Amino acid sequence: MTKFEDELKNNNFVCSNCTKCQHLVWPPSDFCNKCFGDVVWTPISKNAKLVEVSSKDGKNFCIAEFEENIRVFGTLSGSSRPNPGQNLTLEHCSYDGTPKFVFKIE
Amino acid sequence: MKKVAITAVGITKFNKTEKPLDSMMLSAIRPIFENAENLRQDDVDVVLTSTNANRNYLANIISELSGIKPKISHSVESLCNSGTNSLVSAYAYVSSGLADIALVVGADKADNPGLVLNWDMTRGEYVHPIFWSSMFTSAHMRKYGTSLEDLAYVSVKNHKNALDNPSAYFEKSFSFDDVMASKNLTENVRLLDCSMPCDGAASIVVCSEEKAKKFTDTPIWISGIGQKTISASFTKNNDLASMESTKSAVADAYRMSNKTVDDMDVVELHDAFSVCEIIELEDMGFCQKGQGSKFVRDLYDTDNRMINPRGGLIGAGHPLGATGIAQVVEIYQQLTGKAEKRQVSNAKTGLVHNMSAGSTSSTVLVLES
Repeated sequence: MTKFEDELKNNNFVCSNCTKCQHLVWPPSDFCNKCFGDVVWTPISKNAKLVEVSSKDGKNFCIAEFEENIRVFGTLSGSSRPNPGQNLTLEHCSYDGTPKFVFKIE
Repeated sequence: MKKVAITAVGITKFNKTEKPLDSMMLSAIRPIFENAENLRQDDVDVVLTSTNANRNYLANIISELSGIKPKISHSVESLCNSGTNSLVSAYAYVSSGLADIALVVGADKADNPGLVLNWDMTRGEYVHPIFWSSMFTSAHMRKYGTSLEDLAYVSVKNHKNALDNPSAYFEKSFSFDDVMASKNLTENVRLLDCSMPCDGAASIVVCSEEKAKKFTDTPIWISGIGQKTISASFTKNNDLASMESTKSAVADAYRMSNKTVDDMDVVELHDAFSVCEIIELEDMGFCQKGQGSKFVRDLYDTDNRMINPRGGLIGAGHPLGATGIAQVVEIYQQLTGKAEKRQVSNAKTGLVHNMSAGSTSSTVLVLES
């Protein structure tokens, strides 16, 4: 279990942040993918924007973007259908073999 | 760099069987030695295997089982574009002069582990390829008004083309209504919009110009190669109505071959899902952005087989490690006039587009007679 997975299990979304150039490295890695600098874990803001949305069996899933760099697939709670660019909030995250992200519409 | 030709090909029926991977590969290699009069095992100095089967030392095993003692042998894995990646490696060995004759063979089973990239945590719990396909579809629908009906025509056309491909997995036609009524996997991806994972193997021999003359009077030249990897994570492709790696790869392939889209007579492109064919036609310049659906509809209405004449991945099936090689086999057969009922008349230049993991990586080849 990695720190990333551990934190997700505790409902914390963290990512590696380069100590040299401050780049947020996504997906997380032991080294910066811009400058190979060392990284530290940093919490990610819960604010995101909707990139795209679809649904399966009536449940909306989406790609959301954090910090203008970090994009993830996740589930949209509720039945409303937002448009790309709309603000979302990370409601919950966890890890169970794969990362799980649940968003709500702002 | 030396010129590099394709001189012989082999392919198996795509299906689902209990046959082991090694045997499938040998079944694709056998016709090469049966049909190429002057080619003997001793002539082959490179053997490359393409698979997602996590098999150790496979190229060496296949070499031994084929009676070949190559100078160079190894496997190439790059998910769905493993096949064309292995061909590009073979091209590099021959064009550099490091080798003269290379045998490339690809195969996978229907349950191969390359179907899902578990590493990609950006996919969250939505790991199956239908979810990235659904995102491409949503974006293309939103930006260009593409409809579920437009998508259905890709599937109907490619299944129809596959009926004349004896290697194809599907042996029945599907009507427009069949596709529209097929099971919804997501709101905009239906079962018949998807390529079918299956068993299959395909092989190719590539040679230097001087050696090619010994084996055939009709070599097919690899004149253009473009490859681009933007990432392994699906979400790094910024514009979901487009495929960044494909646009880069095709530009390089056109540049290297000194050809343009207008020169292409026949094309095999990577229709992992219906929406892929529409986006790829646009991104490779066959039509303007937003016109891919109309382009497909025109092909269907006029029974024009220039795009995916063997049925593409949707009609022929998708045994990952074999797919790119099978696409090249088809263009070879088209350019040598051996495509039988699928033959596109007077085809002299062809294009192969093969991609991986939601187009995070693409390979484009230009072939000429």
